[in-house]
Amino acid sequence: MKEELFVTARSNALIDPSLHIWTWEVAMYLFLGGLTAGIMVFAACMTLLRKDGEAPFATTKLALLAPIVLSLGMTTLFLDLEHKLFVFRFYTSFQLLSPMSWGAWILIVIYPVSILQILSTLRSGYPQASPYVDRLAAGKAILDWCEANRRAIALTAIPFGIALGIYTGILLSAFSARPFWNSGVLGPLFLVSGLSTAAALVALVARQHSEKVLFTRIDLVLIAAELALVALFIINLASGTEQQLIALDSIMSGPYTFVFWVLFVGVGLLIPLLLELLEIRGMARRVAIVAPILVLLGGYVLRQVMIDIGQESAWISYDTQYNAELLQRLHE
Amino acid sequence: MTRFAMVIDTKTCIGCGDCVVACKAENRVPDGLNRDWVVEATRGKYPKLTTEFRSERCNHCSNATCVTLCPTGASHYWAGTNIVLVDPDMCTGCKACIAACPYDARLVMHPDGYIDKCTFCHHRVEEGLDPACVSSCPTRCMHCGSLDDPESEVSRLLRTRKYKVLKPETGNVPNVYYLI
Repeated sequence: MKEELFVTARSNALIDPSLHIWTWEVAMYLFLGGLTAGIMVFAACMTLLRKDGEAPFATTKLALLAPIVLSLGMTTLFLDLEHKLFVFRFYTSFQLLSPMSWGAWILIVIYPVSILQILSTLRSGYPQASPYVDRLAAGKAILDWCEANRRAIALTAIPFGIALGIYTGILLSAFSARPFWNSGVLGPLFLVSGLSTAAALVALVARQHSEKVLFTRIDLVLIAAELALVALFIINLASGTEQQLIALDSIMSGPYTFVFWVLFVGVGLLIPLLLELLEIRGMARRVAIVAPILVLLGGYVLRQVMIDIGQESAWISYDTQYNAELLQRLHE
Repeated sequence: MTRFAMVIDTKTCIGCGDCVVACKAENRVPDGLNRDWVVEATRGKYPKLTTEFRSERCNHCSNATCVTLCPTGASHYWAGTNIVLVDPDMCTGCKACIAACPYDARLVMHPDGYIDKCTFCHHRVEEGLDPACVSSCPTRCMHCGSLDDPESEVSRLLRTRKYKVLKPETGNVPNVYYLI
């Protein structure tokens, strides 16, 4: 036998009985961050490919959603901070080896790039709003400049969008202390998932049939790529260290098996893949709304399940029972 | 980097927990939170069992992932040593360092919200004193000192006794040694 017990009570909040520091706030941020990345990349690609006719929503309107979605994500991220008044400290230094520091600075750059992206298509995308900007001489000059440099702005938005999407995965994979996250596949997986959720969003919101079809096709490819990355992720864990094998157990025969395989892989990837295949062949049109909703749901479930399992996976575990009642009695 | 190490003799530790109490008193650690703890590890098959007591805390790693991954620089090495500290004025409470520690040695300091941990009592070390846990140990099984000084007690013990560190395979290069 091997038994390791605490002789003195250790019941540190958020650590015992197992690490549980991050909850839905961080998962939601990772999801919305990935979605923002996808929105920026697709808006830019459609601009570069001159898809105004085939995909008018993605080309001229989609970009507006980026700062809105990202701000929602940053709000939930802020909610997670324990020392909120010191949030400005992210911006008083740059830590080269910390992906989180990279992320904080990427977010700062994303906003101006995204605003320029919106302005470059404001007149065509939001003709009701653009006159308000055009009324001011400076506003008109800015809109003219952005429109003239539309392609250059789109070319800038793509690398920043990709950086935003991939860093959320690298952020987790950099935690060598958490065996479940410790895989280089996580960056590409989160990026592809982010792109896929953005494609699903367009397929869901766009009104023009040709645009829905285009983005359903794009999403199909992305879901297939995501499935391949999930497979690589599992292979990586299955051929890893003892700690990684133990971490893998939590999705193979442990408490997260159902959430991972049924909710994420099944409902979030395989069912939408099937539905989208049918749609492209002209079938299942009446349920066309279902696939993108499931993809968006799956995108969130991926982040939540990753956050939950990753924190619990550890190098050291003690056989101990955490009893919150003991703490209560301490104060009586 | 000046390397400070703690050397703890598992053969003479009786698991009394005085080190934990001393730390709480010295560092005014709030109710329900602990910077150090004692583990009783039992191995073998009855009746051939062996028990080892380990007083555990932050390992003040030479390659501390909590310092590497901190996004603000709040987690830092103190004055050119391996002693890892958190500057509360720099800490956003993002908890990345808690996830980054393979030894689960960091905690959120309630109710303020910044991250807290063992400091090797650097305020005492600075004055040439032992950390509170070391100085209070009734069996004198704990030792603290510099590994750079070959004549220090910790260097001498590591030269003459068998020892281990916790999970060296993490690559963090921990500096709390257990004599076995």
